[in-house]
Order: sequence, then C-alpha cells, then structure tokens
Amino acid sequence: MTVAVNPTQTGEPLFYLADEHPHPEGYSTSLGFWIYLMSDCLIFAMLFAAFGVLGANYAAGPAPKDLFDLDLVAVNTSMLLLSSITYGFAMLAMQQNKIGQTQIWLAITGLFGAAFIGIELTEFAHMIHEGATPQRSAFLSAFFTLVGTHGLHVSCGLIWLVTLMVQVGKFGLIEANRRRLMCLSMFWHFLDVVWIGVFTFVYLLGVLR
Amino acid sequence: MSPDLLKLIFGRLGLESLPLHEPIVVGTFVVVALGGAALLGGLTYFRLWGYLWREWFTTVDHKRIGIMYMILGIVMLLRGFADALMMRGQQMLAFGGSEGYLNAHHYDQVFTAHGVIMIFFVAMPLVTGLMNYVVPLQIGARDVSFPFLNNFSFWMTVGGAVLVMASLFIGEFARTGWLAYPPLSNIGYSPDVGVDYYIWALQVAGVGTTLSGINLICTIVKLRCPGMTMMKMPVFTWTSLCTNILIVASFPVLTVVLALLSLDRYVGTNFFTNDFGGSPMMYVNLIWIWGHPEVYILVLPAFGIFSEVTSTFSGKRLFGYTSMVYATVVITILSYLVWLHHFFTMGSGASVNSFFGITTMIISIPTGAKMFNWLFTMYRGRIRYELPMMWTIAFMLTFVVGGMTGVLLAVPPADFVLHNSLFLIAHFHNVIIGGVVFGAFAGINYWFPKAFGFKLDVFWGKLSFWFWVVGFYLAFMPLYVLGLMGVTRRLRVFDDPSLQIWFVIAAIGAFLVFLGILSMLMQFAVSLLKREQLKDVTGDPWDARTLEWATSSPPPDYNFAFTPVVHDNDAWWDMKKRGYQRPLTGFKPIHMPSSTGTGVILAGLATAMGFGLIWYIWWLAAASFLAMLVVGIGHTFNYHRDFDIPAEDVIRTEDARTKLLAGAK
Repeated sequence: MTVAVNPTQTGEPLFYLADEHPHPEGYSTSLGFWIYLMSDCLIFAMLFAAFGVLGANYAAGPAPKDLFDLDLVAVNTSMLLLSSITYGFAMLAMQQNKIGQTQIWLAITGLFGAAFIGIELTEFAHMIHEGATPQRSAFLSAFFTLVGTHGLHVSCGLIWLVTLMVQVGKFGLIEANRRRLMCLSMFWHFLDVVWIGVFTFVYLLGVLR
Repeated sequence: MSPDLLKLIFGRLGLESLPLHEPIVVGTFVVVALGGAALLGGLTYFRLWGYLWREWFTTVDHKRIGIMYMILGIVMLLRGFADALMMRGQQMLAFGGSEGYLNAHHYDQVFTAHGVIMIFFVAMPLVTGLMNYVVPLQIGARDVSFPFLNNFSFWMTVGGAVLVMASLFIGEFARTGWLAYPPLSNIGYSPDVGVDYYIWALQVAGVGTTLSGINLICTIVKLRCPGMTMMKMPVFTWTSLCTNILIVASFPVLTVVLALLSLDRYVGTNFFTNDFGGSPMMYVNLIWIWGHPEVYILVLPAFGIFSEVTSTFSGKRLFGYTSMVYATVVITILSYLVWLHHFFTMGSGASVNSFFGITTMIISIPTGAKMFNWLFTMYRGRIRYELPMMWTIAFMLTFVVGGMTGVLLAVPPADFVLHNSLFLIAHFHNVIIGGVVFGAFAGINYWFPKAFGFKLDVFWGKLSFWFWVVGFYLAFMPLYVLGLMGVTRRLRVFDDPSLQIWFVIAAIGAFLVFLGILSMLMQFAVSLLKREQLKDVTGDPWDARTLEWATSSPPPDYNFAFTPVVHDNDAWWDMKKRGYQRPLTGFKPIHMPSSTGTGVILAGLATAMGFGLIWYIWWLAAASFLAMLVVGIGHTFNYHRDFDIPAEDVIRTEDARTKLLAGAK
C-alpha cells in the first residue's frame, strides 16, 4: 500500500485520507497464519528437544533397532510426500478456477493423508502389542509424543480438508475459500517438513544408534 | 446408585471434594456467594443481561475487549492480594511454637495460587488489556487484524481464571509452588486435583494469550496508518510489538511442557519421572525457557507506558527514541539467553553458569540505557506531577533497586547463597511491582480519560499512590534482610524469635498496600460519581503527543472518522503544532467487523472440557471437545462477518463531537 504522504498541492500538510480505503478482507491472514505456523514449529522444536534429551534413555527396554521397521516407515513417508505433491496440484487447479479438478486433487490428498495415519496407527499398535508402550521408557514416551503430535496435526489437517471440500462445493472458489485453501496448503507442507525431521532424526538416526 | 455409575457421572468429584472442614474457605465461599448472588440479582433486576451480552460479551471492538481485560485483572488482583495478606499474616504469627492459623495443606495452596494468579491472571490481563486498548488507536487503525480471535482470546483467559477460582471451592489448588516442578507435581506426590487445576487453567488461558500475541503482531505490522514507518511508531507500540513476539515465541514452550507433565500424570509416561529414564531437570529447563521471556513480556509494555508518560508530562519529545527502540529489541533477544540463571544451583558446571551469569548482567545495559533516556527526557522539561508521572518516578527509583539486586543474583557464587531465599522473593517483587504494577497503574491513570471521557480523581489517586509505594518498601525491604540472613522462601513456621520483627514490618507493609488497593477502588467510585466535574471533552486532557489523543474520548466505534496520515514520531503533537483542522464534512460509510457470540461459547466449552479432565469426568471432556469442534467448524460457514456503519451514523457522531468541542471553547 503506497499512499502519498507529501504535502498536498496547496502546501498544506495532509493529516488524513479523505477517501476510505478499507484493507481487503483477509489482508493480514497470510502473515497471521505464518506466525501461527512458527509457533506450532516451536511446539515441534520442544518435542524434538525432549526426544534429543531422552531419546537414548531406554531404561533396559527396547531400542530403536528392535522396534523400527524402516520399510514401513519409508512407505509411510512416501504417502505424506505424495500428498504434498497432490495438494500442489489442487492449488494449481484452483489457480485455473477448475472446481472439479481442485476437489479431485483435494480428495486424493486426503486419501494419502488417511493412508499415512492408518500406517502410523498400525505401527503404534504393533509396538504396543510388543510391550513397547509409551510408559515403558523415557525414549518411548518421547517417541510416541513427538510422532503422535505430528499424527494429530495431520488428523486435524484431514478434518480441515474435508470441511474445505464441503465449503468449496457449496460456495465455489470464492476469495475466502481460496485464502483458506492457501492456509491449509501452508499447513500441509509444514507438516511435511516436520515429518522429514522426524524421519531423519527419529527413525534413520535411531536405527544407526 | 452404584459407585461405578457415580464414578462414571462425576469422575472423582464427590461431596468430600468440597472443603467443608476448612472454616476459612467456607467463610470465603459464603462471602463470594453472597456477593455473586447480589451481582447476578442486580443484573437481572436491572435487565442488564441483554445489554451485557450484545454490547460487551460478544463485542469484537478492541476497546471494549481491552476494558474487559482490565476488569478481569483488577478483580483477580483482589483474589491474589488476599492470598498475599494471608501469607504475611501467617509468617508474622508463626513464631515461638505457634503454628499460625493456616495448616500446611492450606498454606501451600495459598502461596501457589498467589504466584499463578498474580502472573497469569493479574499482570497478563492488565498488560494485554492496555495493549489491546491503546495499540490500534496509536497506529491509527480501526481495530485489530483478527477481531473475532481477539474476543475468543479474552474469553479463554477468563476460562483459565474461572478454573483457578473454582479450585478454591471445589477440590483444591496445587501445593507445588507457582511453576509446579516435578517430581513433586507428578502423580506420585500430588495425586489430587490441585496440579490438574493448575495445568488446565494455564493451558486454556495460554491458548488465548498465544492467539492474542499473533493478533497484535499482525495488527502492528499490517494496519499502521499511512506515513507511520516502523521508526515513527510510538514507543508503547514498539514495546508491544516486542512483547507479542516474545509471547508467540515462548508460550508454545509452556504449552508443551505442561502437555508433557499432563501426559506423565494422565497416561503414565516418563518425561519428568525419577525412574525409567525420565528427567525432572528437563522440566525445569523447559519451563524457564518460557518463564524468563515471560517476565520481559510483562515489563516491556510497562517500559512503553513510562516512555509515553515521561515525554507527555515533561512536554518534550522522548530523548533517544532510536536507542529506546534498539534497547527494547536487544532485551527481547537477550531474554532468551538467560533462563538458566533461575537454577545455577542445579550443577551445570562453572562454564555454563558463567555464560548465563554474564548474559544476565548484559541485560542491565539496555535497561540502564532506557533509564537514562527517561532521565534525559525529564531534564529541562516542564514536568507536571500528575498521577501517571508520579507512578513513573516511583518506578524509576524502585526499579533501579530491583535491577541492582538482580545483577547481584546474576553472580553465580552469590546465587548459591541466595538461591530460593527471601532475597530472591524481595528481588522479583521489587521488579514486578515496581515495574509492571506501577506501570499498569501509570497506564490506567493516563489512559482512563481516553477510555471513559473523564479523569480519575486525584485525591484518592494520590492516597493510593502513597499507600502503595510506602507499603511496598515496608513489605519487601525486610525480606531482603531476611534473605541475606538465610531465610528460605515458602516457610510456614519459624523457630528463631529474632526474625519475627522483620515479618511484622513486612505484614504492616502489606496492610498499607491493602489500603492502597482500597483507595484505588475508592478512586474509581469517586471518579464515577464526580464524572461531570472531571469530564474531558477535548479528547486530549494531558496535552499529549500520540495519535490516540487525536480522537474523541471515549473514541467512536470506528476510532477515526478518517484514517490519519502521519509525518512525525509524535504524530498528534505534530498535527497540533502545524494547525491541523478537524474535518467536518465528507464522511463516508465505514467498514467494521460484526459482533459474534462464538468466542464466548468456544471458551465456555474449553473451560468445561478442562473441568472434565481435572475431575476425570471423561464424558464431559469428550462432549465439550466434540461440541467445540462442531461450533468451531460451524463458525467457518459464516462468511458475512462485517458490516458498514452508514455515513449518516458517522455524521451524527462527528457532529455531536463538533458541538461538544465548540461548547468547550
């Protein structure tokens, strides 16, 4: 927004704008959502820090080597990465104003996300079945909390995604919905980046340890 | 009914949860219940519920939300201060074999509740309220960036306060000290509901604080009026910006650390346990990574208030504006590099302790720079000793003492002697009362005429001032002495009779502060009665310098009929000096956000969920959570969240002001 603040032609300083120029709706939303994402990032940073401190405290219980199935985690990771790509396609379709295509790509994104959650829950169930519960050791407490918080975020993202699909279906690709899709897009990619951190520091480095 | 069914319905809540055996609590309950019934009855009798709901509870107007924050802060101050008086009384009496009048179970709750309430539900609402009220006006905006979120944030803060207050009569509060260190706060040593009240009160309020932080950052970054570059922002806006950055960058840490503690308590994980690889010391580290920035969250806005007040009442431009801004930014950054000084005695080793000792001492440099800036602003100024200026001078004297004892504590070897002693208690009350509380009072006296259109009564204001200042010194200087003699904090009974005299002096000081609070309430009441005499129609009663004084008092809903354009740091002063004429024609419709009840409902559900989780009433927690989800998503289906104030309404409001101003001349 650039407004001339120099003296007017008559030489009188200008102290107010004669014309109302309301900020467009959603003027601050991107910035606000970015700041929210950074605060969320801090939540993950703390959970990573807790895992860093406690991650080797097995308390004579199972260690990453005994627990992690890297093949499964690789499949899981690819689900999430693919969902990020398909979300990107949804945004491209949105730019071209194609409601149908946007909805299809959103649905595919949702399916990948749901698959990710499903695989993660399977992994958790398997570990708990083997006695590697969150209560077993500080390592497992930190593991379940970090990975679980990420999973919880993805689940919230899924609820949000479904809500937005309903709203796009009902009201079309109006300005407000575009903005919301943009925010969810940032959220979704953010979770992808966090997962890359989880994959690297928790799973890969864990198995190496 | 079978016990199983009762447990399903009420969780662990039963008749025995009511503290019927504690006469003090029962007495308090009777008084509160009578007062509450009188208030509710009065509201019903005068048919004020509809008005309150429409005009206040559901409002998204930053000014009204700011005022509600201030009311919350002052109400909670009464509760927090009652705790303080009880402690001073107990410590004064419990000598020579006397047990005092508070048992250990009760006393430990009192000191915990005092700390939690004073920081989270007094200092935070007062500071947030002032920022909420003043910042949009100072930057020439119509409201904050996210008006609905602002309303929601306020009610979440109220929800947290409600949970803390509920703990007084239903069950009990934590007996752990205000930061609830494990292992004491873990389920093994604190199996009752106290710590759960603590956790959920802070979690509910914390959501509100974080969101309001995001909101105010966006407001300051995006909604400044034309011409107001960053280095032309008023200093209060600058300190608010830094404070809100600190909020967003530190409250998530508190959220996580409390979440991990609740996992330990509810699920049985091992984050902070003594066995199975847990680390209680990680809790202490994490909570102070939030806790130290928190004290700067509180004091930075106070610094901003003092800057505005000093330059207004000295009739001069603030000395060293640029250095003031940089000092604020440096403090913001350094506040993240000092947290370990709260536990030098943990045993991190000489190098780590030295690092944090040195960073702590470095903070005194920008703070000292600010102090000199205020002094130089006053130097050769035409100082008017109005109430805000009196509070500012009391702050400057008091805060320097507190700052110096802080530097003393920053020396690790000295801290090994003084750690957890009354010296520490004296130090942080010295900076928080001398800085934050005096700042809030300066701000209240300064901006009250803006918010309500009449000044506060000077006689009762001065009385309150002197009671507070004298009372403060009497209450806390003895604690420095006791701390140097080795008396530790949170003690309930004492053996050494030679210490008693100091506690008696401290109790007298606390009583004087009590008179100060009463005088302040009198000041509000008397001012309300004498509002015609104290009336200000100009909108600028102090001959002030920043934009909030350019509009009427109280400002109209839309703040400014036309968006101001700024050329100078002291924008309003500049306008006055250069012969600004208030526009009388050409008004246009103004776009404003609409009120909504969603914030109240969501916060109410969050509070109910907290209550359910505290008492293990799982159906209540689950139902409230689901309801929150439904209400929250339902809210996003409402796409029409704003309206236009018609030009006729603007004309009517502005014409009324024109008449008032003409009458004043």
